[in-house]
Amino acid sequence: MPGRKKLVLEPEWCKGCGICVAFCPKNALELVGEKVRLKEDNECVLCGQCEERCPDYALYLEELEE
Amino acid sequence: MPSELIHKYMRIDHLPHIWCPGCGNGIIMRDVAVALEELIDDPEVNVSREKTVIVSGIGCSSRAAGYMDFNSIHTTHGRAIAFATGIKFAHPELEVIVLTGDGDCSAIGGNHLIHAARRNIGLTVITFNNDIYGMTGGQYSPTTPTGDRATTAPYGNYDRPFDIAQLAAGAGASFTARGSAYHTRETTELIKQGILHKGFSLIDVFSVCPTYYGRKNHKGGAVEMLQWQRDNMVPASRYYAMSEEKRREKILVGILTHNEYPEYTQEYAKLLEKVQTGK
Amino acid sequence: MQGNEACVEGAIAAGMRFYAGYPITPSTEIAEQCALRLPQVGGRFIQMEDELASMAAVLGASATGVKAMTATSGPGFSLKQENIGYGCLAEIPCVVVDVQRSGPSTGLPTSPSQGDYMQARWGTHGDHPVIALSPSSVQETYRLIIRAFNLSEKYRTPVIFLMDEIVGHMREGVTLPRPDELIINKRHISYHDGANKQCYAVPEGKFVPAMKAFGQGERYNITGLAHDVSGFPTNNNAVAGALYTRLMEKIGRNLDDIVRVEEYMMDDADTAVVCFGGTARAVMSAVEQARAEGMKVGMFRPITVWPFPEAQLRARLPGLKRVLMVEHNYGQMLLEVQRVAAERLPVGFLGRIDGTVIPPADILNKLREMEGRENAQ
Repeated sequence: MPGRKKLVLEPEWCKGCGICVAFCPKNALELVGEKVRLKEDNECVLCGQCEERCPDYALYLEELEE
Repeated sequence: MPSELIHKYMRIDHLPHIWCPGCGNGIIMRDVAVALEELIDDPEVNVSREKTVIVSGIGCSSRAAGYMDFNSIHTTHGRAIAFATGIKFAHPELEVIVLTGDGDCSAIGGNHLIHAARRNIGLTVITFNNDIYGMTGGQYSPTTPTGDRATTAPYGNYDRPFDIAQLAAGAGASFTARGSAYHTRETTELIKQGILHKGFSLIDVFSVCPTYYGRKNHKGGAVEMLQWQRDNMVPASRYYAMSEEKRREKILVGILTHNEYPEYTQEYAKLLEKVQTGK
Repeated sequence: MQGNEACVEGAIAAGMRFYAGYPITPSTEIAEQCALRLPQVGGRFIQMEDELASMAAVLGASATGVKAMTATSGPGFSLKQENIGYGCLAEIPCVVVDVQRSGPSTGLPTSPSQGDYMQARWGTHGDHPVIALSPSSVQETYRLIIRAFNLSEKYRTPVIFLMDEIVGHMREGVTLPRPDELIINKRHISYHDGANKQCYAVPEGKFVPAMKAFGQGERYNITGLAHDVSGFPTNNNAVAGALYTRLMEKIGRNLDDIVRVEEYMMDDADTAVVCFGGTARAVMSAVEQARAEGMKVGMFRPITVWPFPEAQLRARLPGLKRVLMVEHNYGQMLLEVQRVAAERLPVGFLGRIDGTVIPPADILNKLREMEGRENAQ
């Protein structure tokens, strides 16, 4: 199915500022040990707001291959 | 592996960048990359990576040029617009984008800002405006609001601040706009319009400096500072739907001035033709 | 033709097509002539808002591959220094003309001086290499500004063209060489497309990097911070040290190519009068008069004033009994001459800082005095 996406996290690039966590409309992210991660029961809707506001490019949406 | 955008348009072996956690500059630099990617990918407009030059001065903001995988030049403090003027005037077909800060472009470089605006030379200036000198540790800048604190304003700043966009517009800039680190999509769109605009364009983007400005002024961290932008800055679509009274309490995110004045290098091309053909 | 005009015509012959400047006496004719002439040859002239901006615009233009020049005088030369240093470190070719005038600060704007000799060397901060050339006639101005561009392009460094009010405002007949007689250098460019992480790398034994101009398809970063071979800033002391050393050696190991002097009646001379720039007129006249009186005097004139022609002067020392330095300042090149010669010979000095020209008679008197046969009057 073309256009399907997934959220990719790069904890190594995360500086732990918490912007993505604060502005996630679904409250799907959390910081653990100053690194971002998806909550276990996450409700991520792939809106991409975290990617747009992450100053460190530590998370992003990626198109899934066929 | 970073995202395709970052991988393609930034020098990833130098990332993560040097900016502090929560610094708005990383957000704005991404907006610039997105704007350029969309223009480069758009067959309707003539923007190419090879013909794009990124120019910066000195300060936190100006480290951005080095991270962006284009022709890039990180110049001296305040002089980015003057270098950019030389680049654009020598080769008008180049798309010249200046990444600068409030101190770089409106204090030490203020003269170059107003004269480039006056000439209406086709540069796109994007200010990463964080109200503070961050690189040197938090001294007040020309955009620090009166009363706010900085390491050189321990009792509060007694200077009056500049509005950089108004300053540029007053000097003759034909396109001025305001963006913010919070309003990424609107800001990206404004940057695109600024690049496509033929004359001098300036997009004054409010950044956030949680490390120095935020901490000194009890504005909270990056999250609280971005929340302030969300609650007090309003995109044009909503701004103009508000009553005049309400608007006075808010800051517009959008175009401030947009005029079609003659562009400097195009006028010079006419002069060249006149001199060379004798007509 | 006036010296300042010859400077512009020579620069255009060298391929200069971009001028950015700010009005300042006594170099203003250079800007005016560029404003008139550059559009005629498809070049670009811009009057910038200040001296700093004109230096910056010249470097920006040069980064796009255009041969670029600016001209100024003392106060403006001071203002340009930061970006001259940028050009040295970032290795951006350009020519900076300084038509020297008298005094510190605003001084005597229309009076001759050679007081910027040391500033040409040490005006910008930090250790850096400098090439500075100084013409002594209108004819030489034309040829030497071409050489200034050639050296600038070849070594990717700003070249200072140190004129003085004497030569800048002098009018004399000039024979213009045919264009095919001129040798015109172009800068080293790479054949790289796309991102180049080695843009500042040089092969073993070479000192000048090769880069395409902006907009030609090669991508790299230019910065005024210490940088690695990719042009990206570094705090690594070893990398920074290697860069700074290469910059110094780029000039220091090519002195044979860079340094030029003029020697007049030096072959049997026991006295060398050292001078540069417009001072040479009076010195030559004094040398001739001294010869007529039986003194064995010659003129040693650095054309390349930085690096100072140390080897050339040293080679002359064994035949000499004394050296006289004549310059329109309080003793600047004198320090270089003393460094080279003072251990072996007496070094006399004749300078002037009141904004008037040293006449040949004063030089002659000084020569007589030095030879201990002062019998004037």
